[in-house]
Amino acid sequence: MKVGVVVFPGSNCDRDMYHVLTDVFNLDARYFWHEKSLPKNIDAVILPGGFSYGDRLRAGAIAAHSPIIKDIHKLAEKGIPILGVCNGFQILVESGLLPGVLLKNESLNFMCEWTNLIVENNKTPFTNQFKLHQKIPIPIANGEGKYYVDNDVLKQLKEKNQIVFRYSEIVNGSTDRIAGVCNKEGNVVGMMPHPERAVESEINPVDNKPSSLIFKSLLVKMGVSN
Amino acid sequence: MSLETHELSELKSKIGRNPTLTELQIVAAEWSEHCSYKSSKKHLKMLPMTGPLVINEKGYDSGVLDVGGGYVVTAHIESHNHPSAVEPFGGAATGVGGVIRDILSAGTRPIAIFDGLRFGNIEKDQQARWLFKNAVSGVAAYGNCLGIPTIGGEVEFDDCYQNYALVDVAAIGFGKKENLIKNHAKKGDIVVLLGGSTGRDGIGGSQFASDSLESEDRSAIQIPDPFIEKLIIEAVLEARNEKLIHAMKDLGGGGLSCAISETADALSVGIEMDVQKVHTRESDMHPDEIMVSESQERMLIITDKIKLKKLETICKKFHIECSVIGNVTSDNKMHVKKSKKTFANLPIDVVANATLLDLPSKKPEYLKTIENENKLKIISDYSKTLMKLLASPNIASKIWVYGQYDHEVGIRTVVKPGGDASVLRLDNGKFLSAKIDGNPKQCYINPREGAIGCFEEACRNVVCTGAKPIGMLDHLQFGNPKDPEIFWTFLESLKGLTDFAKDFKIPCVGGKVSLYNETPAGPIKPTPVIGVLGLIEKKPLIPQKISENDCLVIIGNTKDEMGGSEYFEYIHKFIGGKCPAVSFSESKKNMESVLVVIDKGLLKSVHDCSKGGFAVAVSELCMKNMIGCKISLETVPGEKLGVDRILFSESHSRYLLAFDKKNLKKLEDLLKKNKVSFKLIGQFGGDKIRFVSGTKPIIDLRVDKAQKTWLNSLRDLVLHG
Repeated sequence: MKVGVVVFPGSNCDRDMYHVLTDVFNLDARYFWHEKSLPKNIDAVILPGGFSYGDRLRAGAIAAHSPIIKDIHKLAEKGIPILGVCNGFQILVESGLLPGVLLKNESLNFMCEWTNLIVENNKTPFTNQFKLHQKIPIPIANGEGKYYVDNDVLKQLKEKNQIVFRYSEIVNGSTDRIAGVCNKEGNVVGMMPHPERAVESEINPVDNKPSSLIFKSLLVKMGVSN
Repeated sequence: MSLETHELSELKSKIGRNPTLTELQIVAAEWSEHCSYKSSKKHLKMLPMTGPLVINEKGYDSGVLDVGGGYVVTAHIESHNHPSAVEPFGGAATGVGGVIRDILSAGTRPIAIFDGLRFGNIEKDQQARWLFKNAVSGVAAYGNCLGIPTIGGEVEFDDCYQNYALVDVAAIGFGKKENLIKNHAKKGDIVVLLGGSTGRDGIGGSQFASDSLESEDRSAIQIPDPFIEKLIIEAVLEARNEKLIHAMKDLGGGGLSCAISETADALSVGIEMDVQKVHTRESDMHPDEIMVSESQERMLIITDKIKLKKLETICKKFHIECSVIGNVTSDNKMHVKKSKKTFANLPIDVVANATLLDLPSKKPEYLKTIENENKLKIISDYSKTLMKLLASPNIASKIWVYGQYDHEVGIRTVVKPGGDASVLRLDNGKFLSAKIDGNPKQCYINPREGAIGCFEEACRNVVCTGAKPIGMLDHLQFGNPKDPEIFWTFLESLKGLTDFAKDFKIPCVGGKVSLYNETPAGPIKPTPVIGVLGLIEKKPLIPQKISENDCLVIIGNTKDEMGGSEYFEYIHKFIGGKCPAVSFSESKKNMESVLVVIDKGLLKSVHDCSKGGFAVAVSELCMKNMIGCKISLETVPGEKLGVDRILFSESHSRYLLAFDKKNLKKLEDLLKKNKVSFKLIGQFGGDKIRFVSGTKPIIDLRVDKAQKTWLNSLRDLVLHG
């Protein structure tokens, strides 16, 4: 199974994500530079974290106009699993693939710390191995991580089960403590915390098993494991 | 901001004619203290710079250590003090950028950043608060954007930095030995300038940094662009993988003038260049400005015609500019032209080698009486004193700082910041531990012992993670070297560091000297900052949760050494007393013993005693683990001392070992065998930090209360004053 890791100018978690996909989960991962096109037969696409275009204008705003985004739109429509992490989430939001916006954290500072997520939707390709409301210890590292939607959209998100992760407590002022959402179909998921930083016990001071389920869910979805 | 009269006549006699205006600018930049090290270079040679792991090659801007399995670690330290004192965000950010490019120059990928930040009294001084806040933002903005984790550092406040700032940045790189750039060049090779455009920022920056800070010369301040730097890193590493680089140097102080002359000098060649070929930000720049601009995010690369095509393709992919600005010659001259007109044509060895000075030195007057102690006011409530220290800016948790730094990116950070040293995992299965330490309060009282103390403290910190020190970086920051008293303090510090490095066989792999750190209010205290790299062959000690009934052992003697302690300076507002001194034999024995007991897997956590002394170190263990303790002061090894001395003396070579009670016997046997001074001093448990002397309670403090104060006080101070 082939997983594409999209690299934008300024992506900086691409190599970490690639390491986790290949060395930890034995997946066939490939890098795709943002000016290239994605093959039609790709099985999943991940937009890693970083500072695409140095966060100029708004985080993710310029990368959302990269040539590769057209292909990502097409793959999203076909139901291919797509995951955006941190800056990848910001890019998915900016390109209209996911609802909402990401604003500056309430502290107005960049925040790097370990936090806990609660799984709110265990039907997506990246969460199907979780129990509902399962807790995931995981780090965040962002300056613009405060997820915002107005009340109408929030209502829709709840109705369509689009809230995938919540923080277990108030972290950065996100609407309804939302840390990750999906599209209506559930195949496009975006999340601010970094699962690739949490799946190896050596660097996870709490417990690496829960975050590993994000990648194991993808393996199950693709029929690679069960 | 130009050559001194005697330097001008020296230049004239060396080249046998009057220099052109451009030549004057080039030489003034390269002969500045900042670039030439003319005051310090003669003396720096005393430091040991070789060792079994050290790889020395010409033209490296960073130290290179062989860590086994075909891999190398590179390291370097730089400061950006003058610019940061004027424009803290940009100054700190470009400080990060500069040292990262030094790491890149060797052909290694930067994998970690450390920052040492020093400012005036933030409790009283709003300017200091502003400088601090913005310098932290600058480091965060640059390092985070690059995706290089900032995994450690230190922050300190002292009145001597009023209206000033010390911003030191160290960086570590990692790569395959076979990928190191072997700097070489031959006639006909091509000189390429890659990266950001050359503009009018940072004009004369190196001369600005080689003088006291009296006015805010904003044109001398460089402007940061981490996005361009990130693209340069990826482009250069791709070019390295394809073996397209013959030689490489980053552009830092002195801009093109220094990069061209130092590269040509290191490789024993000449370089001919055309300023018209340099891609500039503004169209009307004069050749002089182009030659001395310190615009950031630029690399000088030497390659050949065939490889150039591939290099251009890589640059095109990343949309970064790459200009062919000249070529390598065999006449050992630096020839600067604009189209066909010559603006400078100087022998390389004249430009690159300023005449070294041998400045006079004299022991400062103030040192004659500094060790005398004042009579101190009597402390009636040590719980209050401890609480006050835990809330003090120098001791309070720095989580407000490192919480703004991405310290996880790169997924190597095994031991996270906030403890002693941080630890990174390497691709060869080993681990690298690193820490930087300074202590101007002690260095002021005794420049020699103070500097050794910084070195030993950095060693202690990496030892606490189970690492053996393998290399040292020194950053020597002082005032005006032409003042013989200041120069004496510089020499004393350097001699102390040299003695320790030789005795412990820890080579100096890189360093920097920063002089003229002065404002009209006076010079800074001597501020050597020492970085130590440690290697862990098997596995690091990752602090484990301390629980009820776990035991606490202290290794090392507590002595009556209160000079420069936070207790004297913060609580009693007294500068003076005896500076802590490191006993080399005791230090070595203690380090080795700690490494042995870590290796045997007997410990849950090790922490060294430093700022605030024993009482603060014990409290930190309690607060991190949210557990109380009961400590008997009379069991603490060392001479018989008063309660305040035992609690707050900052004697070196001391370690706190927390472990499960069941390991007590084994631990005691090993430590006895190694003949170190140690004692079981107490146990963990309950919800209070308690120190007793005999049956008399001395300190009784709720952990949760202490923790809240310790974690939040720095942030509260920055945000609310």
